[in-house]
Amino acid sequence: MTIEEKQQEIIDDFAIYDDWMDKYEYIIELGKDLPLIEESKKTDDRLIEGCQSRVWVASEFNNGKMHFTADSDAIITKGIIALLIRVLDGETPENIAKTDLHFIPAIGLQEHLSPTRANGLLSMVKRLKIAALEVLK
Amino acid sequence: MTTQEKITFNVEEIRKQFPALHREVYGKPLIYFDNGATSQKPQIVIDTINRYYTSENANIHRGVHFLSQQATDAYEEARRIVQRFIHAQHEHEVIFTKGTTDGINLVASCFGELLTAGDEVIISGMEHHSNIVPWQMLCERKKLKLKVIPVLDNGELDLEAFEQLLSEATKLVAVTHISNTLGTINPVKWIIDKAHTAGAKVLIDGAQSIQHMPINVQELDCDFYVFSSHKVFGPTGTGVLYGKEAILNEMPPYQGGGDMIAKVTFEKTTYNELPFKFEAGTPHIIGGIATGTALHYLSSLDQEAIHGHETDLLNFTQERLLETEGVRIIGTAREKTSVVSFIVDGIHPFDIGTLLDKQGIAVRTGHHCTQPLMDRFGIPGTVRTSFAFYNTKAEVEVFLKALNRSIGMLR
Ligand SMILES: Cc1ncc(COP(=O)(O)O)c(C=O)c1O
Repeated sequence: MTIEEKQQEIIDDFAIYDDWMDKYEYIIELGKDLPLIEESKKTDDRLIEGCQSRVWVASEFNNGKMHFTADSDAIITKGIIALLIRVLDGETPENIAKTDLHFIPAIGLQEHLSPTRANGLLSMVKRLKIAALEVLK
Repeated sequence: MTTQEKITFNVEEIRKQFPALHREVYGKPLIYFDNGATSQKPQIVIDTINRYYTSENANIHRGVHFLSQQATDAYEEARRIVQRFIHAQHEHEVIFTKGTTDGINLVASCFGELLTAGDEVIISGMEHHSNIVPWQMLCERKKLKLKVIPVLDNGELDLEAFEQLLSEATKLVAVTHISNTLGTINPVKWIIDKAHTAGAKVLIDGAQSIQHMPINVQELDCDFYVFSSHKVFGPTGTGVLYGKEAILNEMPPYQGGGDMIAKVTFEKTTYNELPFKFEAGTPHIIGGIATGTALHYLSSLDQEAIHGHETDLLNFTQERLLETEGVRIIGTAREKTSVVSFIVDGIHPFDIGTLLDKQGIAVRTGHHCTQPLMDRFGIPGTVRTSFAFYNTKAEVEVFLKALNRSIGMLR
């Protein structure tokens, strides 16, 4: 699946729910299934210090593709990062660096994108893109 | 309180005065439990702001013309309303500021100028960052020592420790009247008396008390009292610093500019008298005027009935929350007001706040700008409900249901 197809799939998944609580129920489930970062990798340099919940992201570059694992102490934050990983995991650094993650506003999560938002989705997106850019250097 | 007075306080009638309470979010009726962060505004305050910009706008303290005089009168009348509300002796002891933070910074800068290396400032472990950082900056700049009154497990201040901290070196004690995170009402009168005996001045952070209890700065005998208008049903961007006349006169001015001068020459400038000495530049004119409107509105209500209603809400919420499995209330002081902070075992406060939001309920989650206090309790943050007199038990019932639903989803 291309990045674009993965984004569209998420948009379609969310379109089923018109109630906000159902959308969040889904996000919470995703959070529970997130491929967890190894405990030993929960180091400060992998920590994204949001205002409220803490997020760790680890990236690996293998056979031309990027792979991500993550964790957070808040389950909704975990669910949101799981969505990001679902779209970006296994992609080339070039693709990740240039992708417009339009699915976020499309499923109504743009409120999490504001710079002061507690869970720092914006910082997570940045972190994943920076990881890709590092590889390209 | 007589039954008749109770009847005059009709929460439904009061809610009609606050248009924002009648909106919906995510298709659900808004339940606004974030009054500790800021309060909603009554129609009369909105009307005042509207009227001023529509037909009364002019700069103050300088015009010869009709509108300017009218605006100046309204602004100075607002100062007198504040004076009466907090029972200050003189109207020129009321300085308009941008808010609590601004007032504290003013005192840290200007009163701070009078302090010298080795002097000590005492704050408490439950202060808002805005009553911590200005003192840290001052202490660094002037080589002063900052001391902190510890917080007990129940969220009260350790008063014995406070007495130990007090000494001849103590020049200022800056403490909050009510904790925005725990709801603790501190025994400020007692603290002020002890500090005065040691020869120290006292600043009271009134950001959370001005809207919940009668304030009499002369009875308290505090040297400074600061608050923000936006937490007491007035506009953002405006607040008040009360200071005793003698101390304010001793302090150098804060910022330089128009209005704060008596005479300017390139050789020497002399400063204006109080309160203008501390009000450089065109102030937030309508902010000041609307603050007057808000306080006037508040004083027109039955204070005892409001207090009774807020106490009922607090007790009801705490009792019911404790019946919810896994809930722990942070802050169980004997004297509390209108704030209930809690955590739920194994669930991050942010998750609960997000799900409550989607059910129309506005609470605050996180550290509430009191990170050292969170560290004290060893928690990342809390979920905080904070009430105003326009909140109802029916809203609390909806909140509890929504909370239980959220916990169910997150477990
Ligand atoms: C106890 C306390 N002090 C100070 C402040 C700061 O007020 P402002 O941001 O209006 O200056 C607040 C506001 O949250 C507060 O609750």
